[in-house]
Amino acid sequence: MAEVIMNAEIVKPENLVYKRTELLTPRTLHYCPGCGHGTTHRIIMEVIEEMGIQSQTIGIAPVGCSVLAYDYMDIDMQEAAHGRAPALATAVKRLNPGKFVFTYQGDGDLAAIGTAETIHACNRGENIVIIFINNGIYGMTGGQMAPTTLEGMKTATCPYGRDIAMMGNPLKITELVAQLPGTLYVTRQAVHTPAAVRRTKKAIRKAFENTKLNKGLSFVEIVSNCNSGWKMTPRQANDWMVENMFPFYPLGDIKVNE
Amino acid sequence: MRELKLMKGNEAFAEAAIRAGADGYFGYPITPQSEVMEYLMAQKPHERTGMIVLQAESEIAAINMVYGGAATGKRVMTSSSSPGISLKQEGISYIAGAELPCLILNAVRGGPGLGTIQPSQSDYFQSTKGGGHGDYRLLVLAPSSVQEMADFARLGFDLAFKYRNPVLVLSDGAIGQMMEKVELDPQRPRFTDEEIKKNTPWATTGKTSDREHNIVTSLDLESTRMEKHNLDLQAKYRLMEEQEVRYEEISCDDAEYIFVAYGTSARICQKAIQLARAEGIKVGLLRPITLFPFPKKILNKLAKKTKGMLVVEMSAGQMVEDVRLAVECQVKVEYFGRYGGIIPSPDEVVAALKKQIIGG
Repeated sequence: MAEVIMNAEIVKPENLVYKRTELLTPRTLHYCPGCGHGTTHRIIMEVIEEMGIQSQTIGIAPVGCSVLAYDYMDIDMQEAAHGRAPALATAVKRLNPGKFVFTYQGDGDLAAIGTAETIHACNRGENIVIIFINNGIYGMTGGQMAPTTLEGMKTATCPYGRDIAMMGNPLKITELVAQLPGTLYVTRQAVHTPAAVRRTKKAIRKAFENTKLNKGLSFVEIVSNCNSGWKMTPRQANDWMVENMFPFYPLGDIKVNE
Repeated sequence: MRELKLMKGNEAFAEAAIRAGADGYFGYPITPQSEVMEYLMAQKPHERTGMIVLQAESEIAAINMVYGGAATGKRVMTSSSSPGISLKQEGISYIAGAELPCLILNAVRGGPGLGTIQPSQSDYFQSTKGGGHGDYRLLVLAPSSVQEMADFARLGFDLAFKYRNPVLVLSDGAIGQMMEKVELDPQRPRFTDEEIKKNTPWATTGKTSDREHNIVTSLDLESTRMEKHNLDLQAKYRLMEEQEVRYEEISCDDAEYIFVAYGTSARICQKAIQLARAEGIKVGLLRPITLFPFPKKILNKLAKKTKGMLVVEMSAGQMVEDVRLAVECQVKVEYFGRYGGIIPSPDEVVAALKKQIIGG
């Protein structure tokens, strides 16, 4: 009890150094502890808040763990069918050219079922932002193999590890879209350390700022963990991600046009 | 003043859509309706009215562009033909679930599968019973002339917004490709931002401080709320059944027999009526204009004063099921049709009437 009283003395407005971002709703996130979605949601909302574009921004949620992103982001949002977010975003932006439009998609959504929508929105140079969360697994449906699952990685549908001969190669879709003339900015980031969070925020800010240039699509991949799906503790998952995911999905800018 | 022009059905549909104040068209080429996008692109509606026309990478992308655009309160549309409409079913189900207004044209071709490019009416079940997954209905308009192709573009948009529901115009290659004179409405302005905010307050136009954030979704993981949503949808469909039934009666006043047919088949039946009446057979035509809601009451009424009905369809017999349900066994209801891209001849129709209804 003594500790509680002491905390009450400390928790005063003048001592506040960290709080919920205004543009995140008060709803409790449904994400697993240690998951990167919550951090990424916060970064996006911070950027929108700092740019003062809440009333000009329309977000598109995917199908996957972040299907309910619209419950947490206090902006107008649409829920897309699995993989179709870039198609929705295309029309939203074309019909509302003054708006900031972004999609938030996982690896199954963006790089498997929505490959065509992703590639063609990038290739047309739609003036939108795509935020791509790559954790190499289907989290929501219970941990099945994703297009980005690494070789040898175990999931519910490759319980003995991904066998390239049988199941094909993990897809580096971010490198792929960087080849397309319609993409302006393509980068790969992470949110597992404070430094990584700062770099990701800078990248997302740049992506949203790019919308004003009207010169093409900005694509931000965030390599993240899925500790539940990977069957690890959050700490183990982050360490495993650094050791195994980053060598195959190296962090940093892939394409920066002005 | 309406402007008089000679146009193909598909072109009339496209022109009328521009004039109805459409904001966006998203499509993918497929015979026999490619003229819709070709005409729109040639017209540069972006310069005429600011309307956006975009050729998508697939029918799937096109219908999801329609979802995205409709969710911002815009008048948006797509068009396709049977195999492409099958691809769109996922998106149509989401649009119906999220209660978004939009206009869809299906220029039906013979199926199943890749089928043929010739006209058909074999997508009746898909069009009127839902089509994709879940309990939903489209409001279905069946034009039988180039004039109606034009009229139903505007009517379709208006009904779509009235009910926040997708409206399907069910046509075929014959109606779409034939040229007829058509009277076109004058240009109606596109919605202004203010009108969108006022008329579609649910639209995702950007959250402002005077309201909660708008979410357009077909998802609700709480099943009691999802049941309530479904009950609301069903109530909307019942309201359409009360308010939106449309049909045309031709030579029904003294008729002893009735043809029931829509679209191209109805045109064939009009000629068949002339041939039959020249032989002294008193036959009329009930032409459903809305296929959902279906004109049940008038069919039930006509059954009370006639001796039999022949349902003429370019399918293996789909609408005949709805006619039989409406007629409630009061008179004999038989089906006659050609399909796989074949249009029946008026002589065939008269012969079927004699054999299956009068002589049967």
